[in-house]
Amino acid sequence: MADKKFTVLDLLDLELSGHDALDLKCIAGRRGLPRAITVPELNRPGLALSGFYESFASNRVQIFGRGETAYLQKLHKEKNTDSIRNFFRSQMPCCIFTYNLEPTEDFRSIAEESYCPLLQTSLTSTEFSNRIIRVFANQFAPHQTLHGVLVEVYGIGILLSGHSGVGKSETALELVERGHRLVADDIIEIRCVNGNIILGRGANTVISHHMEIRGLGIINISQLYGVGAIRDQKEVQLIVQLEDWNASKAYDRLGTESKYKELLGVKVPVIEIPVRPGRNLPIIIEAAAMNERLKNMGYNSAKDFNQNVLKWIETGEAQTVYNGNDDSY
Amino acid sequence: MIEKILTVQNRAGIHARPAAIIAQTSNKFESEITLTRDGATVNAKSIMGVIAMGAGYNTQLTMQVIGPDESEAASVIEELFNSKFEEE
Repeated sequence: MADKKFTVLDLLDLELSGHDALDLKCIAGRRGLPRAITVPELNRPGLALSGFYESFASNRVQIFGRGETAYLQKLHKEKNTDSIRNFFRSQMPCCIFTYNLEPTEDFRSIAEESYCPLLQTSLTSTEFSNRIIRVFANQFAPHQTLHGVLVEVYGIGILLSGHSGVGKSETALELVERGHRLVADDIIEIRCVNGNIILGRGANTVISHHMEIRGLGIINISQLYGVGAIRDQKEVQLIVQLEDWNASKAYDRLGTESKYKELLGVKVPVIEIPVRPGRNLPIIIEAAAMNERLKNMGYNSAKDFNQNVLKWIETGEAQTVYNGNDDSY
Repeated sequence: MIEKILTVQNRAGIHARPAAIIAQTSNKFESEITLTRDGATVNAKSIMGVIAMGAGYNTQLTMQVIGPDESEAASVIEELFNSKFEEE
């Protein structure tokens, strides 16, 4: 899937607040703002500034903390601008000065000549590094767009999938009516943020929380049902595949075997529910959500059931060996 | 499998009404029909999907049709785009 480039300008424009805020401003090299950040990593350029360029990670965002800034002051006193010119020979995405530190005049003017953006933040190097790594994890997470409806039922994120017209939106509407939440209808964007969690949300903020119901048209769930009926994003914990009842297909009648579907490398449990007039889908989905909660807590009802049946059969056979076919005591 | 590049010829782009026409027409066919714009693919049978592409005037979309009635579906949808969804 073609990705839009994540530029330094995009980094500056991110709307982050509270403990996520980066507090960045551009202090020089504005012409380089369209440069793209291609790797989600940081580099402290101490070695490069002192002349050692082997393994210089020039494609990373460069962080200038107190040590690096002091070194720039030293270079300035020695009237040495060669180190700085060599440094800017590589096309790094940008340089960020922490603690609101200022670059030296030489550094600033050579950066302007090389079109390299210089940014500044009031945060400490450590705090800034922690926060920007989180931003990168979000931006660079593998993502994909799916067709389906994402709802939250009893705290479990459920992705309803199936052919157009099978009843996903209508089922979701009834679930909302019953007090559950709609995350997004139709176009779901999923992201794998840390390798084992899939976060889903509406792919488009303009149409988010709207649903299309055949016969009704497009309705706005947040206006009809209120803010308690919607959610902006939710982990995808269960996939419910709705399909038209197929008489020749063997549907799962035990529930002891878990089937999984792989989304962006993460295995998500799947259940297939046949759709037929008269079958109450929302109730089945609520039961599935509660069952999933139970499984997550360690209780697998179907397997417990089978264990009990096995024990019961064993004790039944043991009694027959003792008593034989004779019922008398 | 049929793949064609279609161009949006309506001044207003693909807003709710043309999206509804595309979705309704696509639903008449058994084949799977998708529209791709800049790498993002949506199911043409879903109105929300088609709207979400945000395709304006002169946008190029790639249509992909797979199924038993693919040639008929592809030509009908291409005709829809060319007739500017009966808007102008």
